Amino acid sequence: MADKRAKHRSKYTLDRGIPGAFEGETVTRRRFMTGTVHSASAIAAGAFTLPALGFAVGPIFKSTPDHWETIGTVDQFPENNYVPVVITLVPNIGAAGKSTAYVRKKNPAIDTDVYDRTTPYIAISDRCAHLGCPVRWVDASERFICPCHGGVYDLLGRRVSGPPVRPLDRFYTRVSGEYVELGPRFSVNSELRRFSPRDPGEPLDGIGQYLYPARPDAHK
Amino acid sequence: MPKLPAPPLPAPLRTPPPRPGEANGDGPLQEAAQAGIAVVDWVDERTSLSGAARWLMFRKVPKGTNWFYTLGSATLFAFLNQAVTGVFLAMYYRPEPSGGAYESIRYITNDVFLGQFVRGMHKWGASVMVILVFLHMARTFFFGAYKYPRELNWVIGVVLLILTMAMGFTGYLLPFDERAYWATTVGVNINGTGPLIGPYLSDFLRGGSEIGATTLSRFYAIHMLLIPGLMAALIGAHLYLVAKLGTTAPPWLKAKQRRELRETEV
Repeated sequence: MADKRAKHRSKYTLDRGIPGAFEGETVTRRRFMTGTVHSASAIAAGAFTLPALGFAVGPIFKSTPDHWETIGTVDQFPENNYVPVVITLVPNIGAAGKSTAYVRKKNPAIDTDVYDRTTPYIAISDRCAHLGCPVRWVDASERFICPCHGGVYDLLGRRVSGPPVRPLDRFYTRVSGEYVELGPRFSVNSELRRFSPRDPGEPLDGIGQYLYPARPDAHK
Repeated sequence: MPKLPAPPLPAPLRTPPPRPGEANGDGPLQEAAQAGIAVVDWVDERTSLSGAARWLMFRKVPKGTNWFYTLGSATLFAFLNQAVTGVFLAMYYRPEPSGGAYESIRYITNDVFLGQFVRGMHKWGASVMVILVFLHMARTFFFGAYKYPRELNWVIGVVLLILTMAMGFTGYLLPFDERAYWATTVGVNINGTGPLIGPYLSDFLRGGSEIGATTLSRFYAIHMLLIPGLMAALIGAHLYLVAKLGTTAPPWLKAKQRRELRETEV
């Protein structure tokens, strides 16, 4: 009789002393049956669980196509002050999908950052970079003020005071004939270098851009 | 035991004499009672549920059990209140972000009979439940009722606490008014501030990069189906363990020591 605790146990059930074993059997009928039923159950359970999980997790990987929206004529937006426009962030759900952007014409005297030469108009998102509350442009103090936790941004959207971790997001803009169009969102770090859009509360300076990676569908 | 004389009650409060035919227990009232008992017996003979009911209800409790021990049952009652009012709210609520959600809540509040009451019970019941859960947890902690052999029960309780918080979070979005929308925005973005997996977590919660239709549907399914099911199962396990293991005495009651076990002074 083979020692059951020996290092190299025989693969034959006859040697292992299992009752009912016959010559040359390696897997007992009971074990085979159990294994088959377990595998079939796993496949059946997987058949309804995995699509459901994919259903739940899928939106993380969905890429929204670029959407350009006409927001006004070229002479509607001054160089030194912001004009609010209503834009649609999520279509087909009515007012809940709309948001506000503050648009101004690019002023070479003010917009001196080297990273962005292509957008003719500066469109600042009203989404506070702290936790997402809508900020308000206050003309008298030339600041964006967030009502929730006291975040304050300057004319360029850079953080001046309060808990925000980076400047306000911006939107790409382009001129099409005599209309100004507003495109996808992008985030900026404190030097106004462009990044793919991030959620509020995620800093982008230094190690921040690696700690808070871009979305899977983001293009550079 | 000698029977004391009946107290001098006024006539309307005295027990009335038996009606004709009821003296031997044959009247219609007694027949109705017999019928009810017969139904219960019929079920009990086929399920032996009376044994389980006796085990659950007539268990021993230690000396010193006080009003603090009712906090757990109070939490259960709050949960049942939420479940029942939630079911009735679900009959009218529509999870549409394009105005249907807000409109259905307005309809419940203004037009449905007792709608404002049921909605109010659900809304305030949520706060009541959170408060009671914390008080119950504090009572269990300060009474040392988490120690052996009740550690698993404590763990189940903590999971129930987290599920209660998740119910509050998902339910808050459902009216889809300004407060709901922005509170959820802030809450989901707080999740995003966690390094490395934060962005994916907040995308998963929202169902995308913006709060939209998927967010509302997702939160509704979680609030109505997923977490209530989990909570019901875990509450069942929690109550079973309480009945099986028994409750502890309050910590200010010391068990009487046997004289032979006391250490003698040298």
